[in-house]
Amino acid sequence: MTLFYLFAAIAVGASLLVIAQRNPIYSVLLLIASFGALSGLYVLLDAPFVAVTQIIVYAGAIMVLFLFVVMLLNAAQEETGSGGRGHLKRHPGAMRLGAVLAVALAAELVWALTAINTSTSFPTTQMISVATIGRRLFTDYAFPFEVTSVLILVAMVGAVVMAKQEPAGGKR
Amino acid sequence: VPSLNDYLLLSAILFSIGTAGVFVRRNLITILLSVEIMLNAVNLSFVAFGRQLGNADGQIIVFFVMTVAAAEAAVGLAIVIALFRHRESLNPDAFTALKW
Repeated sequence: MTLFYLFAAIAVGASLLVIAQRNPIYSVLLLIASFGALSGLYVLLDAPFVAVTQIIVYAGAIMVLFLFVVMLLNAAQEETGSGGRGHLKRHPGAMRLGAVLAVALAAELVWALTAINTSTSFPTTQMISVATIGRRLFTDYAFPFEVTSVLILVAMVGAVVMAKQEPAGGKR
Repeated sequence: VPSLNDYLLLSAILFSIGTAGVFVRRNLITILLSVEIMLNAVNLSFVAFGRQLGNADGQIIVFFVMTVAAAEAAVGLAIVIALFRHRESLNPDAFTALKW
């Protein structure tokens, strides 16, 4: 029980700091902390496979990709330059409206969830093993699984084509 | 003992934080990170519901969401690199070539 509140506090605090940071590198590192806390929550939910996948795929692969791009672009002082803050000083209303909209969304979601008021604890069911997940993935979910491979191939080719350096003469 | 409602509340709070990041921040990389926060909030909902219903479907859908998130991050970061090469900026307000 206390572990839930510990992980929840870490996840919410780290996510808030991701939003509050000026330097994108700190944002990426804090998001890794948030994902680690979420992984702990998955363990509490009897989902060890998802917890390990969260660490390996999200914290290990996707966040490293983000970190790589942040360091490649070398744009740590972007937000403090004339582009970022200058715009907000000229149009402070847009940012305030966005923050108000997000707070309203949070209030509505919390109100809707507290209105349900079903605070019963989880039923005691058998823990779902990795073997069960694998078997379902290759029987019931075989078609979506194969479509996923095509999606990853398309994303890979698309990323290479878009990030490719144009030749100096302008012709490919 | 935390119930389904507690996990859904945490998921809602995290999703709102991600939404706030997309609205408030003026940095393309931070906006992509906020989208990742939103995807993770939804993942937490899926796993919590799967725990409540006692079947594997919730965890399997999380697997697919993670795959889509990886594809989205790869393509989104490639677009960010291409945009940065053209404008030397990560501010979304610098990219108004299609604005009338």
